[in-house]
Amino acid sequence: MNFRDYLKNHVVYLDGGMGTLLQARGLRAGEQPERWNLLHPEVIADLQRQYYDAGSNVVCSNTFGANSLKFERDELEKIVCAAMENARSARDASAGTQEKFVALDIGPTGRLLRPLGDLDFEEAVAVFAETVRLGVKYGAELIVIETMNDSYETKAALLAAKENSDLPVIVTNAYGADGKLMTGATPEAMVAMLEGMGADALGANCSLGPKQLRGVAKELLRCASIPVVLKPNAGLPRAEGDRTVFDVDAKEFSEEVAALIAEGVRVAGGCCGTTPAYIRALVERTKDVALLPLVDKGRTCISSYTHAVTFGDDPILIGERINPTGKKRFKQALLENDMNYILAEGVRQEERGVQVLDVNVGLPEIDEIRLLTQSVCELQAVLDLPLQIDTANVEAMEEALRRYNGKALVNSVNGKEESMRAIFPLVKKYGGAVIALTLDEQGIPSTAEGRVEIAKKILRVAESYGIAKKDLIFDPLAMTVSADTDAAKVTLEALRRIRWELGCHTSLGVSNVSFGLPARDAVNATFFAMALANGLSAAIMNPYSADMMKTYYAYRALSDLDENCSDYMQAAESFVQTATATEVIAKSAQSFATELQYAIGKGLSDKASALTAELLETTEPLEIVNREIIPALNAVGEGFEKKTVYLPQLLMSAEAAKSAFERIKLFLAESDRSEKTGDAVVIATVKGDIHDIGKNIVKLLLENYGFFVIDLGKDVPPETIVQEVIQRKAPLVGLSALMTTTVPAMEETIRQLRKAAPWCKILVGGAVLTRDYAQRIGADGYAKDAMEAVRCAQALTQF
Amino acid sequence: MSVVTVKRMEAPPFREREALRYAGCAEAREEILEELGEALVEVRDRLDYRVCYCELPLTVRDDRCEMGELAVASAHLAKALSGCERVLLFGATIGVEIDRLIAKYGRLAPAKGLLLQAVGAERIEALCDAFCKEYEKENDDSLGARFSAGYGDCPLETQRDIVRVLDCQKRIGLFLNESLLLSPSKSVTAFVGIKENL
Repeated sequence: MNFRDYLKNHVVYLDGGMGTLLQARGLRAGEQPERWNLLHPEVIADLQRQYYDAGSNVVCSNTFGANSLKFERDELEKIVCAAMENARSARDASAGTQEKFVALDIGPTGRLLRPLGDLDFEEAVAVFAETVRLGVKYGAELIVIETMNDSYETKAALLAAKENSDLPVIVTNAYGADGKLMTGATPEAMVAMLEGMGADALGANCSLGPKQLRGVAKELLRCASIPVVLKPNAGLPRAEGDRTVFDVDAKEFSEEVAALIAEGVRVAGGCCGTTPAYIRALVERTKDVALLPLVDKGRTCISSYTHAVTFGDDPILIGERINPTGKKRFKQALLENDMNYILAEGVRQEERGVQVLDVNVGLPEIDEIRLLTQSVCELQAVLDLPLQIDTANVEAMEEALRRYNGKALVNSVNGKEESMRAIFPLVKKYGGAVIALTLDEQGIPSTAEGRVEIAKKILRVAESYGIAKKDLIFDPLAMTVSADTDAAKVTLEALRRIRWELGCHTSLGVSNVSFGLPARDAVNATFFAMALANGLSAAIMNPYSADMMKTYYAYRALSDLDENCSDYMQAAESFVQTATATEVIAKSAQSFATELQYAIGKGLSDKASALTAELLETTEPLEIVNREIIPALNAVGEGFEKKTVYLPQLLMSAEAAKSAFERIKLFLAESDRSEKTGDAVVIATVKGDIHDIGKNIVKLLLENYGFFVIDLGKDVPPETIVQEVIQRKAPLVGLSALMTTTVPAMEETIRQLRKAAPWCKILVGGAVLTRDYAQRIGADGYAKDAMEAVRCAQALTQF
Repeated sequence: MSVVTVKRMEAPPFREREALRYAGCAEAREEILEELGEALVEVRDRLDYRVCYCELPLTVRDDRCEMGELAVASAHLAKALSGCERVLLFGATIGVEIDRLIAKYGRLAPAKGLLLQAVGAERIEALCDAFCKEYEKENDDSLGARFSAGYGDCPLETQRDIVRVLDCQKRIGLFLNESLLLSPSKSVTAFVGIKENL
């Protein structure tokens, strides 16, 4: 019988621990257990036979750490070949009469993925792919991915398994005592991602004993529609002399695990500290347990790397502001690859209370594939909301979905053959819930009936791709009511029927309804309320609109979705607060010439921004810069150099100045006036180094002093820096390195720059550098702090 | 084989003056204290204080410290451990969450990023101190000064062996990068000489 068929109708028993058994057989400290497949095949096969004899249906090959980061290619192949051979011979030697399978075991790489660590996602996929290909070649019948404590690495491993085999895949994660993965994912988030990508079973292993993993197991059972796996340790370890012992014996272990099997766990075994005796006891104890039917939970769920967002009665807000349509300043930021602008827009919307962020960076003149993927990765480095990936470019969609850490919301598919043919395979492969627009080759039907029919067609086609109804969220399309006065009624009827007759979740881009009307917020908010009452599950909306937010909170309070109306009451505090841009600041005795200078000097960003906006009504932008902002910055900078102002104060002032500049940029963009940009400076933290706070500080100050800064980020290879410098014809490069180990990378970058871009001046800084050393590695300038970097940059760019 | 123990610690008391020093402030000023307080509140509940450690026997021969499965050639380390027959080797981290916040504010509000950085530096130091103190109390030993790979002539490459011996990735989620940096960034590994209490 093949494994998938067996899994349908049986409890599956896995094996138990290997490490402690190998140590008892003489594995030395620091020795790679995988090498024992070659050195002591009889020992490995004997231990594995004991598991089959104890009743295990699945024994994992001794390949936990067998990957190309730890072994050379030739040795890796020999190890995997021998490991599969050992497991097979164990099976052949076993007297057990149960169904028996041989699994390829895959553990973590031992490295942390970017952005938290330095292993690239695609590199991780390639590492796992190599092991998977070898496992397939040498006869694995299924793949077990286990002990993963990071969702992103788990995704890389599962993707590699799926791309390089058709074998069944079981995925288990190592949850901590807080019930989350080391990098923050909840069981619910892992279920969303792993089910979406097509794992055959998912669950928890290692880290804790069965008692401590009970909560995680129950949560997995609550969320998962596929079999749940549990493979706990034999309790918690403690030192006893020079041995590690575990505090749960085979009897207690089997009782605890059996109880969870009775509650629905389908696949069970043991991890660290467990032995064949544990598995035997478990099999014995559960032989009469009735198999619970597997129930499709029908949950519509998306996730980030920390948590899941589930569609239901409580409406979901999807922030629409990361989108260049109609926003000149946003377009400018995209063209300048100004990632911080996009990130700030994301964080602001999160602060307003949205649960999902729509990400659209499509502009005709940019490389959308690159920019969308970059935006998704960078947003995921600073905030943990699930993202809705919004693009009409199929290649960009694929690349972004591939890199996304979690299960994304896909925006969008529609009833056109071409659209479904392009999008559904991506959703199937990478997981995702997809927004389905009720339009097709004939356009948007003018009747509710027509839109419902398209929804039905989309459901049918999705099913043929293996995409379930629960992963489709229908958008019945809000049309402009000023052009057609029954437009809103039609949309609402279609919405109601899709929600209640077809039983699908729904979404709307609410604000389309009010195009061409004055005071649009009032129309939008009322339409939003009507849509919510008709079964709207999610809205793509502007969270800065007070009217929309009021409707949202009021609706929840009125629909018994807000316990004690506490969310409403908390939000109401901001309803009454009016924006007091003109609040007068009492000048302090510190002789600031003007209010704006005071605001900058004191680091008051909001005030600086509001005062600049006021000044712009009467004063030329350049005059504000020269008479207000620069003198204020100079005063603070001089204070810093005289040590009367500390670094945090300098930065607070710099941020306030930046918010003043941002106002000016917005003003110039809106009035279609081009801004005079200063010299381009390319800055980066060099390859291998992931510290970037110093570089970020320098960037902020350089921008304040009028430089156009292209920030390449951290851990940047020399080639990337050189390429950017050549492309921008940049007169100046700033390089940062914190560690002695990364100074050689700085030196190499300088060498390459000298060769390829001889015109470019090079300024360096960072904790380990000295003026002498900077000179020795060939830099033109060295700055000990951010103020000196500004002075130095000014000197180096004056030809 | 040495037995590695994992410990989860309570939050040690916050030392404001230390954090200010890490932020480059020689004295406390009201507006900085206010911002520092905000940074602390934001990060406090997202920290996870974890340590894994083992005791190793020590023999020193010609500036080479042999500690069970680990051997380090370093005169400075030999000096730091002189007179001890046992060594406490540990890895400590306050988790990845603070790195996410530092990444966020480092880009969007660098002043706060800097203060979070300072809070993180203070927290990991405080964790190491608290752990060593507790170890002394529990084992009735007294410990020498902490010594980390990269100090003096002790090669930074020693980190590879330390992380391997302690299996830090699996035990406490502490990883080593290609360039021998620790991730999460607010992490420490160290040797500490165990002095017998007579």
